[in-house]
Amino acid sequence: MSANLKTKPALPSADKRWKIVDATMRRHGYRSDSLIEVLHTVQEAFGYLDEVAMKFVAGSLRIPPSKVYGVASFYQFFTLRPPGRRTCVVCMGTACYIKGAANLLAAVAEHYNVKPGETTADGELSLITARCFGSCGLAPAAVIDGNVAGKLNVADMLERIKEGAQNDAA
Amino acid sequence: MSVKTLVIDGKDVSGNDNQTVMEVARENGIRIPALCHLDGLTPVGACRMCVIEVKGLNKLLPACVTRIEEGMEVSTNSDRLQRYRRTILELLFSERNHICSVCVSNGHCDLQGLAARHGVTHVSVPYRYPSCPVDATHSRFILDHNRCILCTRCVRVCDEVEGAHTWDVMGRGIEARVITDLNQQWGTSGSCTSCSKCVHVCPTGALSEKGKSVAEMAKHREFLPYLKQMREDHR
Ligand code: FES
Ligand code: FES
Repeated sequence: MSANLKTKPALPSADKRWKIVDATMRRHGYRSDSLIEVLHTVQEAFGYLDEVAMKFVAGSLRIPPSKVYGVASFYQFFTLRPPGRRTCVVCMGTACYIKGAANLLAAVAEHYNVKPGETTADGELSLITARCFGSCGLAPAAVIDGNVAGKLNVADMLERIKEGAQNDAA
Repeated sequence: MSVKTLVIDGKDVSGNDNQTVMEVARENGIRIPALCHLDGLTPVGACRMCVIEVKGLNKLLPACVTRIEEGMEVSTNSDRLQRYRRTILELLFSERNHICSVCVSNGHCDLQGLAARHGVTHVSVPYRYPSCPVDATHSRFILDHNRCILCTRCVRVCDEVEGAHTWDVMGRGIEARVITDLNQQWGTSGSCTSCSKCVHVCPTGALSEKGKSVAEMAKHREFLPYLKQMREDHR
């Protein structure tokens, strides 16, 4: 908590990305209802929301820290830890669930030894779950490194993740 | 403001149009069970213990957030409602680890009291037994997630009455938890004023004072309507 609530908190560091965050807040007149927009900007700029960022945003928009954390942890889009080099988001929405998304998730979790919502110890892969991408026709669906993949089975899924890794290496 | 007349459990009653069914019922000696609702806090309709039937509507309405309407015919205690309320209570018990016999709030707990009044003798849904931490880092108070029912009374009293907004809720669904500041240990919270309002509005043993043993944590809530009244008078 900053002692003086009237003055805006200083940028946390010289990192240029804070300027981008601040610009978004300025554009919204530092209004408290711009919280989600601002968190989006932080997530885009830094890849995740850490304590420093949430404190800075809370102080600048004059929102209680607990509320910022509540919002950040409610939406699956926001991540509170640094993401892995690669990401695999498995849809656990109704349609995908019925089509066996839980098996896909379990298979990736086992293959990479990572719990859903976490990143492998070597920082290689983040395994994330989501509730309905709006691609139910493709169920079961996943987003692997930003690309939607549909009608997946376990073999496809592991293959896709591996392909991505090879492309990275190439 | 206009006066509306309605019928609650066969009794002709009236109230102002900005009043809720819960308020008017209470004024007329009709007790609708409530858990998340507490006089002096903004109602949120979270627990659904207060559901009522309204003639002509086939869905149930939460009495604590439903405004009265002219000619409404309300029933607050049908067999169906009692059955639903028992189920709600059972679900609450199954969701965390409510072991009354070793709880600081044993004998003073709203959840336990409602269960007793509704004849909940056992829980028919499977217990989830989540592993929940206890935060005893505050110098005077303890937060035990095992007993929390997410009614958000602590969140509301801290925001609306104390003005600190130390508490909020993180996550969603079964993963939701009450938190202080940035989901940090309560003892390290910079916004908490240690006023103890959250402890006293908490319906269960989730928030308690340190040094209290089993069944010793009686809560005192007289301050809430009093503070509210004092503030209104100051306006
Ligand atoms: S349920 Fe998976 S995309 Fe809709
Ligand atoms: S008392 Fe009305 S919903 Fe909880």
